[in-house]
Formats: sequence, C-alpha cells, structure tokens
Amino acid sequence: MTHAEIRAAFLHELIGIAPDLDPATIAGDDHLQDDLDLDSMDILSLVTALHDKLGVDVPEADYPQISSLASAVPYLAGKKS
Amino acid sequence: MPSLGADMEDGTLTDWMVAVGDSVSRGDIVAVVETQKGAIEIECFEAGPVTDLIAREGDVVPVGAPLAVIGEADASDPNRTEIQAPPADPTPEPVTSRPQDPPVPSVPEAHEPTPIGTADASMSDAAPQQIRQSAEEPKASPAARMRARDLGIDLTGISGTGPGGVIVIADVEHALEDVTPARPLRHQKDAMRQAIAAAMVRSKQTIPHFYLSHTMDAQPAIDHVTRLNADRPPSERILPGAVFLRATALAARDCPDLNGHDNGEGFVRADAVNVGLAIALRGGGLVAPAVMEAAELSLAETMAAMRDLVARARTSRLRSREMTAGTITLSSLGENGADAMAGVIFAPQVAMVGLGAPHKRPWVVDGTVQPRTVVTMTLSVDHRANDGRKASQFIAAFETHLNRPDAL
Repeated sequence: MTHAEIRAAFLHELIGIAPDLDPATIAGDDHLQDDLDLDSMDILSLVTALHDKLGVDVPEADYPQISSLASAVPYLAGKKS
Repeated sequence: MPSLGADMEDGTLTDWMVAVGDSVSRGDIVAVVETQKGAIEIECFEAGPVTDLIAREGDVVPVGAPLAVIGEADASDPNRTEIQAPPADPTPEPVTSRPQDPPVPSVPEAHEPTPIGTADASMSDAAPQQIRQSAEEPKASPAARMRARDLGIDLTGISGTGPGGVIVIADVEHALEDVTPARPLRHQKDAMRQAIAAAMVRSKQTIPHFYLSHTMDAQPAIDHVTRLNADRPPSERILPGAVFLRATALAARDCPDLNGHDNGEGFVRADAVNVGLAIALRGGGLVAPAVMEAAELSLAETMAAMRDLVARARTSRLRSREMTAGTITLSSLGENGADAMAGVIFAPQVAMVGLGAPHKRPWVVDGTVQPRTVVTMTLSVDHRANDGRKASQFIAAFETHLNRPDAL
C-alpha cells in the first residue's frame, strides 16, 4: 500500500467512528484525543478497525504512534512492509 | 407509550418492528420511538399475539397512551393487554400525567396550585411558585408552562390543543419552530440539551446531595489491564473503564443501601445492580443507559457490554429498559481530563460515582515514594437515603475491589 492509500484508509475508519468530522479539515498534526475529541473507546474502535481492514495490529504501547494522521501513516506503512 | 424520563410528555412512534398477527415475547423490540434523548427501542413487557396496532408510524403519542394490543382479538376479552408503560419503570410519574389518565391535566386540575413539599419528585413540582398560574394567563399544563419559561416563550397567543384548549408541551415547541428556522439536527441537539437541563435542575432542586472524595492507587488495575491486553487482538482488549465499572458494580452489591431508587416515599433497594454509564455524544449531549445485571458479569463481559452500549448510544439505538433501569450511575472523565468530578445524581437513583482521569502522581507505597497511577473517586449521595458512614463503606468497597483486579 502506498502512503496515500494508507492515509485514505485511516481517514475512512476515523470518519466511521466520528462521522461528524470533515476529512477535508483534519490537519495532519491534529491530535485524535486532544483536538478531535476521540475518547479511549473511540481509539480502541479505530485500532480494531485498522486491524480488521489493514491487517495491522497496533499494540497498546504503540497507541501514541497513531495519535495523529501525520504520525500514523508512516507507522502503519512500516508495519505493513 | 412508556415514560423514558420524568420530563417526557410524549414520544414520536417512528417504526413498528412488529405487525398484526406476530407473536411477541417479553423483551422483544416492538417499536422505535423518537424522544428528546434520541431514538429508543421499545421493549415489550407482555407475551402473546399482536392483535391491533393503535398508533401509526409518525404519530406523537402521549406517555401512558396505548400503542398496540397484545392478546385475543375480541375487544371484550379481559385478558387483552395493551402495550403500556413498563410496570417496573422506577421513574416517578408527574402528578398531572399518570399513565392511565389523559396525558394533559384537565382544566380544573391545571388551576389547582401544586402543593409544595410533596414527596413526588417530578419536574412539575420542581418549581411550584413559577408554574402556578394566575387568572389572566392562558390555560397551560405545568410542564408546558415550565418549558415555555425555559425557552423564553410567551404563552399568550399560543393556541392549545389539549383538552379544553389547554396548552401542552407540543404546542410550546411548535410555537418555537414558528419563530425558529427549521434546522432538524440543531433542533434535536437543542431538545437533548433541554432534556439534560430539566433532569439536572430537577435533581439539584429535589435531591440534597453530599459528596465524599477519595484518591486511590489504580496502578494494580492499570497493570492488570496492560498484562491482559498484551497478547490480545484489539477486538478483545479491555479498557480501564471496564475495571472501574466492575468495581462500581461490586461495591454497589456490597452496599445495597446506595443501589436502588427513591420512589417518592423513600429509598427502595434494587434486586439487581444495573450500572448506568454516562456516555458523552459527539457534538454534545449525554446519555446514561444501564449495563444490566453488571454485578453478574465477568470483566470481559463487562467490556463487551460497554462497547455495545457506547456504539448503540452513538447511533441512537438504545432500548427503553436501558434508559430507565439504572440503579446507580458511573461517570468517568476518561484519560486526559481533570483530577476529580462531583457528579449530579441521576434521579430517581440515590448515588453517582464520579471518576477523575487517572494521573501519574508521587505515592507512598510500603514507606517509599513511588510514581503511581492514581484515580480520585467522588461519590455523590442523596442525603435523604444515606449518611456519610454508608458512603464511606461504598468507597472502601470500591477501593478493595480495585486493588484486587484479578478477582474482577
């Protein structure tokens, strides 16, 4: 998967959990919890969806790595390769 | 139409999930009703064949009015059962709106001043002075009068559709729509805000709250969850919130005097522990549906129940029983919030567990200072039902269970 495809997949799952978010206005460094108001249940749902759709298991210790779009894309790309 | 909250006057039937001729059992979802708190699935409390659907989809049905008939088609059969407010509903009904009566008070009743200091904790009684009407004012139900006051709407000029032309709550809301451009989503959010406002005002005006706060070591619980999750796929992971809910349920079982309802005449213990879980909705608003029989669940079952409840709360698919059967409520600030929160009791319950965000703090363990994750629990208690001793016992029980996470 290219970075662009991973970015699109991540955004798709994020919007699935928080349908009120507009993908066009999410900045790369927006923090999922501090800026986009996701709670711990939302993060777990996102990690579950990424596991199902991308086949990437994000262990709890790595949750900070997916705390923004900018950090999540290279992290997930690294796990995919 | 069941009452899904003490301030609810009516609900809009949006979907029938059954048809005439279907056979239903206790607990079946028979209809979906739109309320101020979103769409709620209505469960059936009777069993038998559906013989008549009285309300049609789209109808606004007053609380207590029949929705359908279950039982023999013969109208004279005494065994026929109308689907009505569930008998176990612990919510005290407003004096002026009993399930068997017309939903709107008759004109003479509306003129009677509401007695001050009755045991009924309904919203209608919350501010008797304000809702008492004078001769020159238009006739209106007490709830409509309060809603109009909350919305800043003058009742003069509103035509009532209740018996004898009495203005009911729906008339007030229609009047609001007349002056407000139609914005459905915004209106729905406003409606939820109003429902929360009414419930909070009623709680604070009728329940003498007192609060006990205690900071405790949550490190054993956090470590336990981290260990459990290390080799689990995401779909089976546990959140610390499930541990806190489990500790709340077990403490409520240990301290039954905080688990139940004030029925208007005093506290009544509940047989089961149904822990209401305060869930914040994206875009604003809050619901507190109950995890049923929470003391009987394992930690994994508790987590699964929480996941299910949060998902359905966000898609407005909660069930009627979940909205009314809570016996104690847990409200948590999550991972990044403030240290402590003193919550407002969800009437007619008598206690609320408020948990601050767990934070790493210096903590003395075995005589040495260590960095530990601690959490502050604040217990809000109805002083009519309990005193500080019982509240202290609850907090001690909660801490004991939290310190033995492998037994949760």
